[in-house]
Amino acid sequence: MNTTQVFVSILMMVIATQLTRWLPFLIFPEQKAQPKWLNFLSERLPYASLGLLVMYALKDVQLTRVPYGVSELISLSFITVIHTKYHNTLLSIGLGSLLYLILFNFVF
Amino acid sequence: MHLSTLKKAFPYTLPVLTGYLFLGFSYGVLMNKTGFSLFWTSLMSLAVFAGAMQFSAIALLSSVFNPLSTFLVSLLINIRHLFYGVSVLDKYSNSGKKRSFLIFGLTDETFSINAAVKLDEGINKKLFYFYVTLLNYLYWNIASILGHQLSFLIPDTIKGFEFVLTALFFVLFLNQWEIKAHRLYLVIGFVCTLIAFLLVGRAQFLLVAMVLILVAMALETKWRASR
Repeated sequence: MNTTQVFVSILMMVIATQLTRWLPFLIFPEQKAQPKWLNFLSERLPYASLGLLVMYALKDVQLTRVPYGVSELISLSFITVIHTKYHNTLLSIGLGSLLYLILFNFVF
Repeated sequence: MHLSTLKKAFPYTLPVLTGYLFLGFSYGVLMNKTGFSLFWTSLMSLAVFAGAMQFSAIALLSSVFNPLSTFLVSLLINIRHLFYGVSVLDKYSNSGKKRSFLIFGLTDETFSINAAVKLDEGINKKLFYFYVTLLNYLYWNIASILGHQLSFLIPDTIKGFEFVLTALFFVLFLNQWEIKAHRLYLVIGFVCTLIAFLLVGRAQFLLVAMVLILVAMALETKWRASR
């Protein structure tokens, strides 16, 4: 690709990405009353999206090859335990990630 | 007001700081190794500002010029943003001049913080959302510049830093799990995405997942109504 082509390609990515971010706000502007089904969706989608994101983040885990995602399983279980106990978001993320790095790089 | 809100927002963004430093750095390194200058590397981080997209961009920009296909692939990779927009319509409303920037910077990570956070009455909420978005934007851009310029230092040996983002999403998931009324939707989101992943594989499962989620929610409402 030459410089113009790279530029046009990046422009396409910008337009597509921004379109996915702006579309809901363009379809449902602030002043207009929102339809009932939209309220219904916006009350539930944040949680469904979190479920989606967790699975999305795990999409590259290798379940069929050694070590079969053991590092992920142990770390997420560990996070569940300390988070249930201390309810400290940063502590859970920090310790969980640290455990993962140790397991992933030095154990399995 | 500004400083106190910034101080309040900063700790929430710490996991993103760690995750973006690593991911943005890796992106910068890859761009450099593929032969792109700092200009293109930064331009994408400034204007595209979407992690998964920018990694895919490296492959797209290294192949044959096809703007339509680039546009469609970009739509598909980012299609999940539609859900985020719908979820924060109310939270982001009446935010005045900041609104454009909030929408521009609606990444997975910014969404996951802003959609889930419960703020006390004394805090200017729109300003809080703005600072979370701005800080994350800065982290990403600084990290991609650092990655491009310091690509000779790449830590080949230690891998897996991207798990910080998995941990972030998971902990936010756990926080919502404690609210019983939210559990069903967390499960619907996770299970539908898992089914989609098993059905169509890693490349394009997100669109299928979103359709399944909408179907599951429609069924659940119908079922509730019929009782």
